[in-house]
Amino acid sequence: MANEPHDELDDDRGLPAWSLPADAAGRIAIGVEWPERVTREWAFGDSTGKGVRVCILDSGVEADHLAVGGLEGAIAVVKDEDGELEFVQDTEGDLCGHGTACAGIVHSLAPEASLFSVRVLGAGFKGSGSVLLGGLRWAVDQGFDVINMSLSTTKRHFAEVLHELADSAYFRRTVLVASAHNMPVESYPWRFSSVISVGSHEEPDPMTFFYNPSPPVEFFARGMNVEVAWLGGSTIRSSGNSFATPHVAGICALVMAKHPELTPFQLKSVLYLTANNVGGGAE
Amino acid sequence: MSDLRAAVAAGALGSEEGYRALLQSIVEVARAIFGARASSVFLHDEAADELVFEAVAGEGAEELVGRRFPSSTGVAGWVLVTRQPLVIEELQEDPRFAREAAESTGFVPKGLMAVPLLHEERALGVLEVLDRPQQAAFSLQEMELLGLFANEAAIALDLLQRAREARAVLEDEGGEGAALARLAAKISELEPERREAVDRLLEAVEALVEPPGFDDSL
Repeated sequence: MANEPHDELDDDRGLPAWSLPADAAGRIAIGVEWPERVTREWAFGDSTGKGVRVCILDSGVEADHLAVGGLEGAIAVVKDEDGELEFVQDTEGDLCGHGTACAGIVHSLAPEASLFSVRVLGAGFKGSGSVLLGGLRWAVDQGFDVINMSLSTTKRHFAEVLHELADSAYFRRTVLVASAHNMPVESYPWRFSSVISVGSHEEPDPMTFFYNPSPPVEFFARGMNVEVAWLGGSTIRSSGNSFATPHVAGICALVMAKHPELTPFQLKSVLYLTANNVGGGAE
Repeated sequence: MSDLRAAVAAGALGSEEGYRALLQSIVEVARAIFGARASSVFLHDEAADELVFEAVAGEGAEELVGRRFPSSTGVAGWVLVTRQPLVIEELQEDPRFAREAAESTGFVPKGLMAVPLLHEERALGVLEVLDRPQQAAFSLQEMELLGLFANEAAIALDLLQRAREARAVLEDEGGEGAALARLAAKISELEPERREAVDRLLEAVEALVEPPGFDDSL
């Protein structure tokens, strides 16, 4: 489901809706019937992620890996001779294994979600910041429902642009799920409140996730000793916040398939209400 | 001015060796603490945009230092570009990975832990710990411990890079700066009595090369 910016409130003169006229309250009826208590059953029971488009912004994805189950498409962000960014069909697959691992995790939780790979690795480290930003901008422009980004930058001059991109995604109903850092450094975009930031817990259950009442890391998901897809059709066991992130991306896909009208704010609220340390563990 | 320059030069020339030793010590300790088969630090060479083995402990220590590989592919490349730590266990026999791993580690490991070396805004390189035969899977606490090591390694790597840059600047000055730096480094190692004597001599030389002064009280 490609997301379009919401324009229900645009009035007849085509002006954007920055205020609410006295007679217009009926026009912003919330399309979600919220139950008295939000349970996991309500949030994503029987969901397979069908119809939800998830973008894996990473090292590329091995499309024919059994754990991935195919891709809707794959592009690579590369630099031409003049240093300009180009977005080309990706025929190289995965240059590390990590993107395939993330795609496999999302697929294991939301088997009918559609996966799209945007490769931001391989164009050299120099200039990798602009490749990363270019890839994210492209993904936000495509209107994916979920963008999984197990990556970050420490460059402050990128932070402002990243912040704008993260907010733009948020207002366009694209959920950005980003890996938190477990090292004492300032990095982005996971620190922005418009994204869903994820760190690791050590529990083995893929559906166990916790809300963190002491941000900036907002959620903890399974990230330790996870069996993941890797290069050449193989599987390995691996650890890191970068694997916790696609667990939350997969759960977001499940919720969005069942409740496509949710905004990122509402989706984050659903994650909060169904987290194991809030209400989700009791079911 | 010449005193300042000599001091900087002495620092630049004398320190590179020290920082290399510090990095070597860091990989030795990392290897010992994690009970690993090997540990290495890669430096990102900005000019060539490649990762270079800067220090290696354990397996491959002899032949790997100085070896280079692409900066943005494979596990080390992913860690550098994404600035995220990554732990891999139970690697299976995938020929693609095996080739890549052998190029970047000197052997095919069964598992590895890789963490970016971040200093202020910059990603300077990657620290890796390979194969822990006696240990169970890595825990969160161990990843945090590796992060602390990475901080130390990043500081050492930053100092090493600065020392090299300073030396490069000196050597660019037609060798004159480097000659002065070598002299300054040797002087700084002298016994105090001899150093005083050399200092007096240098003051005399300085007076000799000083252009005729103007009386700035006018």
